[in-house]
Amino acid sequence: MNRYALWKYIVIAVALLLGAIYTLPNFYGESPAVQVSSGKSTVKIDPALITRVESVLKDAQVPHEGLFFDTLGLNSTLRVRFKDADTQLKAKDIIQRALDPNPEDPAYVVALNLISNTPRWLVALRALPMYLGLDLRGGVHFLMQVDMRAAVDKRLDTLASDIRTLLREKNIRHAGINKTATAIEIRFRDEPTRARAEDEIRSRVSELALREEGSGEDLSIIATLTPAAQKEIQDSALKQNVTTLHNRVNELGVAEPVIQQQGADRIVVQLPGVQDVARAKQILGRTATLEIRMVDQEAMAAGTPGALTVPERKPDGTVTQVPLKREVIVTGNQLNGASATLDQNQQPATSVRLDEAGGRAMRAITRDNIGKLMAIVLYEKGKGEAISVARIQGEFGNQFQITGRFTVQETTDLALLIRSGSLAAPMEIIEERTIGPSLGRENIERGFRSTLYGFAAISIFMILYYRVFGLISVVALTVNVMLLIALLSLLQATLTLPGIAAVALALGMAIDSNVLINERVREELRNGKSPQQAISEGYEKAFSTILDSNVTTLIAGVALLTFGSGPVRGFAVVHCLGILTSIFSAVFVSRAIVNLVYGSRKKLASLSVGQIWKPGK
Amino acid sequence: MEFFRIRRTIPFMRYSLILNAISVITFIIAVGFLVVRGLHLSIEFTGGTVIEVSYAQPANIEQIRGAIEKLGGGEFQVQTFGTSRDVLIRLPLTKGATSGQQADHVMQSLKALDSSVQLKRVEFVGPQVGEELAHDGLLALLMVVIGIMIYLSFRFEWKFSVAAIVANLHDVILVIGMFSIFGWEFSLPVLAAVLAVLGYSVNESVIIFDRVREHFRKMRKAPVVEVIDSAITATISRTMITHGSTLCMTLSMYFFGGPALHYFALALTIGILFGIYSSVFVAAAIAMYLGVKREDLVKPVKKEEEQQFVP
Repeated sequence: MNRYALWKYIVIAVALLLGAIYTLPNFYGESPAVQVSSGKSTVKIDPALITRVESVLKDAQVPHEGLFFDTLGLNSTLRVRFKDADTQLKAKDIIQRALDPNPEDPAYVVALNLISNTPRWLVALRALPMYLGLDLRGGVHFLMQVDMRAAVDKRLDTLASDIRTLLREKNIRHAGINKTATAIEIRFRDEPTRARAEDEIRSRVSELALREEGSGEDLSIIATLTPAAQKEIQDSALKQNVTTLHNRVNELGVAEPVIQQQGADRIVVQLPGVQDVARAKQILGRTATLEIRMVDQEAMAAGTPGALTVPERKPDGTVTQVPLKREVIVTGNQLNGASATLDQNQQPATSVRLDEAGGRAMRAITRDNIGKLMAIVLYEKGKGEAISVARIQGEFGNQFQITGRFTVQETTDLALLIRSGSLAAPMEIIEERTIGPSLGRENIERGFRSTLYGFAAISIFMILYYRVFGLISVVALTVNVMLLIALLSLLQATLTLPGIAAVALALGMAIDSNVLINERVREELRNGKSPQQAISEGYEKAFSTILDSNVTTLIAGVALLTFGSGPVRGFAVVHCLGILTSIFSAVFVSRAIVNLVYGSRKKLASLSVGQIWKPGK
Repeated sequence: MEFFRIRRTIPFMRYSLILNAISVITFIIAVGFLVVRGLHLSIEFTGGTVIEVSYAQPANIEQIRGAIEKLGGGEFQVQTFGTSRDVLIRLPLTKGATSGQQADHVMQSLKALDSSVQLKRVEFVGPQVGEELAHDGLLALLMVVIGIMIYLSFRFEWKFSVAAIVANLHDVILVIGMFSIFGWEFSLPVLAAVLAVLGYSVNESVIIFDRVREHFRKMRKAPVVEVIDSAITATISRTMITHGSTLCMTLSMYFFGGPALHYFALALTIGILFGIYSSVFVAAAIAMYLGVKREDLVKPVKKEEEQQFVP
């Protein structure tokens, strides 16, 4: 008798049900949508925007098919679905005009997008269609290399000037400070001075490792960055560059940009749907600048515009105009960094670091203007916005704090914003790929077609050659495809053209297990076993072979996954998953069907596994 | 229906010597080509720019060539891609033009010639990426080989694992050699295909060795050669059907998958064909030359009760 225990059937049924549910979203297709996301770090998308956009569309009499508010991490987006592409284009213009009255300075990014027609109950189960790679939907891909040497160099510059200031403050006489490519060299004329300097530097600057060199009158300290400090510099440089790129990509109006760190010093930027590479590159390569100016308080009191006026967005959402004085105290390239911290009263504050020249200018201005207002202005695309207006509490140096009634989140955002004004380290595009939308569609079609035709050929052959067992194999193979697609949808792994090829290959290889089983069953019958015995022994003997053969294939797959990048990775993910689903479907699912068909028949005379030819007859 | 009506054991090993001689010769030819001529590496490895454009009507290759020549910038290639309306342009890395600026220039001059030209794809790869990919590729190959050797030696014993690896590395070299001989483009997906085939062919050898072990148990008196022959005979039907099915898939990819999958499918197809050949004739033969014995595979059953009484 060949029967599975009830729980095995239940496990298989549950797997099939889950497989079906998560495969389903791929069949619904997509409909045109308009996506609204934040265009500035100071603007947040909130549910209130839904009613606003809805009323705008209602006024313009543009019918829509639902508004969707999603929050992914810190970023929220609002998406409006439309019936066709014409309505979508019309609606985009209307929404853009309403939300961004000033097209030069958009607060919101309004972009065209496609959203899946997956019903809500499926979305609630996190069942989404597979995530298509750029080669299947068109777009631009950049791989950028961050010049870490420049980031380290910049930090060494700052540290050298810090040391200079420190030694001056402590009245320690040195014979010159020199910065080389990887170290700071501080020279001294006598031993006691050097020892004193060393102590001071050690207690104040933790980022440097100190080493003594020279003898007699020619003494020096060689200060190099500690590995930990070096790593921190690189990490923060990379993070800052990612943030800056994010801000810039927002301006391109890309629906689902991907900006990610790759490895220790690289950033991947993927812009699906963007065709104008030249513009994309220009915007990604641009630098926003930051300035610090004094507020023109007389003009402010009188309500007249100052030398120049910039808007300030208050936390409550209102916008006020701030008149500013003409002179720039500190410019963006004098900024060395910013971080969220706590002030002496344990209130959240943002700490800003300036270079030496900036520090000197800051010290001079603040000494004379205690109690007055100062503004930090961020220039993006030539438009200024005051991101902070604060009262000067005391004399500042090259490191000062911006305090106010901030929350911790706000200080972090502000630090990010100040840092994101410019790139921490220069970047170079080392890989670039542009795929037109027509090519993407062609690739999907070709991949799908080749898989379908191959599958059809195999199915026909299997059914002709192995009859009912062949049909069962085909069903198992179909289950395999379904489970594979379900897994890919569930994991939201990126599906690329090599990935589709891997699906095809997975099918071609998965058939191996079925053939092994069917051949074994035939062989057992040939050796004179009863049909029921042939089934159980055929499956049993084939199993160890199936496991063996899949393990070797899996070894290759895992190696590709570990060392592969780009197209190879896309292939390897599907390849590995395909091997796992094929073991399940070929061994358990096909056996379950065989058991259901044949297992309970007591007087089974023959199996439909094709003609069994016996030698000598 | 049954395709393989095998009446008696086929003496595969009788042909092994002559076939292996052919293998050695082709192997040497393949290595020779790889050393002398090398591979036609895709820009993923060498760095450079590839531009794919399409025209409304069949493209005038000579005109395109002339236009690009005027831009300067060293050796380039222009060829049709898939159809006569699609054109692939390959540009070398030039110093100074760090990102894909070249592509913009080329597109401008092509637009001036014929406004119907449409940009389908641009790929730019800097020099640092290429070296890394080549390095990672070799590392992946090494890891596959080591991983499989460990698995096989743990599953069988060293003679088989050496035989399987030698046989399948021979496949890899032959496939890559074919790419060198015919000047086909060797890209990242092709590398992936070669490694996938390596794993897949090893499984073929594993299945045969599994049978060899089984037949060693069953045919206690038979000589080694006969055991190997009978094991291969027992699996040959499965081998042909399985690989026939897998070939269905790769050929379907080759014919319907378009130019992007062309060489990928080709590498898989050739790799699978070599895989069958080497599993049947090379792997088993090497195991035989290494002097595989019944005792290597069939471990004598120890009687535990007796051991317990040993003082």
